Amino acid sequence: MNRMTLDLWVGVFVAIGLGALLFLGLKVGNLAATSTGETYVLKANFDNIGGLKVRAPVKSAGVVVGRVGDIRLDAERYEAVVTMNVDSQYRFPRDTFAKIRTSGLLGEQYIGLAVGGDTEVIKPGEVIKKTESAMVLEDLVGQFLFDKAAEGKDKK
Amino acid sequence: MLESTASILRGLGRRVTSRIWRLGFASRFLLATLLYSGTSFRRFFLTIREIYFTGVQSLIIILVSGLFVGMVLGLQGYDTLQRYGSSEALGILVALSLVRELGPVVSALLFASRAGSAITAEIGLMKATEQLSAMEMMAVNPIARVVAPRFWAGVISMPLLAALFSAMGIFGGYLVGVVLIGVDEGSFWSQMQASVDFREDIVNGVIKSVVFGILVTWIAVFEGYDSEPTAEGVSGATTRTVVTSSLAILAADFILTAFMFRGV
Repeated sequence: MNRMTLDLWVGVFVAIGLGALLFLGLKVGNLAATSTGETYVLKANFDNIGGLKVRAPVKSAGVVVGRVGDIRLDAERYEAVVTMNVDSQYRFPRDTFAKIRTSGLLGEQYIGLAVGGDTEVIKPGEVIKKTESAMVLEDLVGQFLFDKAAEGKDKK
Repeated sequence: MLESTASILRGLGRRVTSRIWRLGFASRFLLATLLYSGTSFRRFFLTIREIYFTGVQSLIIILVSGLFVGMVLGLQGYDTLQRYGSSEALGILVALSLVRELGPVVSALLFASRAGSAITAEIGLMKATEQLSAMEMMAVNPIARVVAPRFWAGVISMPLLAALFSAMGIFGGYLVGVVLIGVDEGSFWSQMQASVDFREDIVNGVIKSVVFGILVTWIAVFEGYDSEPTAEGVSGATTRTVVTSSLAILAADFILTAFMFRGV
């Protein structure tokens, strides 16, 4: 086989191989959706983060506006400090509520930002003051049983 | 009694030391291949020729097996997922299992038996017919001229073949899941895109396939170079290439997976 046809075939092979990688990156993965745009940092302290993980989505009104960047424990106050990377095109009012929510019954956990009515916005790097911890199923069941027991005592 | 026990122990010891000796020789051989690989990039046509023989000629088997693996995943995944009423997650299942595991591993196994065995047989025959010695007589380094281009061709081809396998498999899963069974097309793709991460899943899959490419071609060229220069020796070396590289792929896959996906 001469050199030209060989080069042609190898060229075709490399091209469709790279094409397959591009397909995996753009169509299968979410490369196009996440890599664009700059982000800024917001922080929030939670009593309990439940099963929240790094790279979990941050949503406002159900729309993904950022991702969780880092989760640490504040050693003095024993609270979880969650750092979020939020898309720069979105700014949130100062009285925004950060809640840890679960998508679906068994889905992954995310941070939901419920927007308030303040005219001032939170600046990059600042801490969201109003937070709501993750719901822990055992606590809920415990509370329910406790309430039931209290009801029974009243009736006697 | 004592005599026979001693001979068994001697045999065991001999086998172990010969394995270790071969491992040491193979490592030195890899080092020499890397050291003398300048030629395969300066005269890149040598490498291109080998990419044609290892990569391009493996295309058909990789594409067809990828399609069938993806179609089977589509059928099996749908059967399991619809019991829990979450057949829309079929896209995630097909894409993640292909990109993370099956793409790199199955294409590397196919590559080992399709291209690795051919490399071993070729180099082994070159040695048996004393072509390698003839090269040395002409002051041509056989490692630079014969071994290194084949090694680099394998390392370059493997990730491309694995990517093609994964892409073809996802297309097969799409054919069975969406076209044949009727899973919703929008949620098939969007759920897939939502949970397949570029850095975590796709890049890790590519890293895996590069490691497998290095392993398979290293074993193939070494077994060929080290084979006994007889017809029997070459056939034994070819068998050893397929067996050793399959085991090496699966063992390396476990180690890499343990490092990459620790469930953090």
